[in-house]
Amino acid sequence: MTEFTPVSALVGGALIGLGATLLMLLLGRIAGISGIVSGAAFPEAFSDWSWRIAFLAGMIAAPSIYAIYMGHLPEVTLSPDLVRTGLAGLIVGVGVTFGAGCASGHGVCGIARLSPRSIVATLTFMAVALATVFITRHVIGG
Amino acid sequence: MRIIAAIFAGTVFGLGITVSGMINPAKVLNFFDIAGNWDPSLALVMASALATTAIGYRLVLARKRPVTASQFSLPSRKDIDASLLLGSAVYGLGWGLIGYCPGGAIPALGLGRIEPVVFVAALIAGMGMARFASRRYTVVKSV
Repeated sequence: MTEFTPVSALVGGALIGLGATLLMLLLGRIAGISGIVSGAAFPEAFSDWSWRIAFLAGMIAAPSIYAIYMGHLPEVTLSPDLVRTGLAGLIVGVGVTFGAGCASGHGVCGIARLSPRSIVATLTFMAVALATVFITRHVIGG
Repeated sequence: MRIIAAIFAGTVFGLGITVSGMINPAKVLNFFDIAGNWDPSLALVMASALATTAIGYRLVLARKRPVTASQFSLPSRKDIDASLLLGSAVYGLGWGLIGYCPGGAIPALGLGRIEPVVFVAALIAGMGMARFASRRYTVVKSV
């Protein structure tokens, strides 16, 4: 069970938007995390690789910076089931590759640009995620 | 300069994921669990991120070029094809199974726990498999 946290949701969302805006302003790039990870893991040219690693490093540093200000790391509940975690990772990796984006690239950056592809993709993955949670939690009780 | 800019943008973006709670897969799953203990936080995260990005992009894209690059790299495709629909559906399945999306899992690597490492390693393996399976969609740029 997690609590509704409207203030941190709004502040955090604004920071996500600010980060996406900064990446566009400074590097002219869409902040689609699956695309950035894919280009970092399967590099084509050094000039297109280094900024991705730098951006991802900044993201990974974020919880530590949060901890410096807050005195503790953010509270998370992670499934201890590593098989399920790995399987989900594989599925997400295949999905975002064919779907050309995830919640950040399609859901935030793409919809902000009113891209029809992103609107359709976001509605699709949100609906399937909703159905998946309903089935695993309420139908088969996973 | 370009690298420092990328670290800065990534840090702000990652702080947003961390502060908003999207770093916590349990919170993401509870957002999707409208039949259970629904946590609507993520709707506000999305709305706030979208509004900020929409305004930010409007201002930024009025410029001739980005600060450290010669041009903006924007996706131009408009067609809605089977790959987009099926891929997004598959992604939704994986997201609903565990609650990590790529944007949530990367900052979670900074928590020093093993679970996000497993997820990201599998994520990259899945991307590799998909790239191998279909060379037609080799360059995966988000959006």
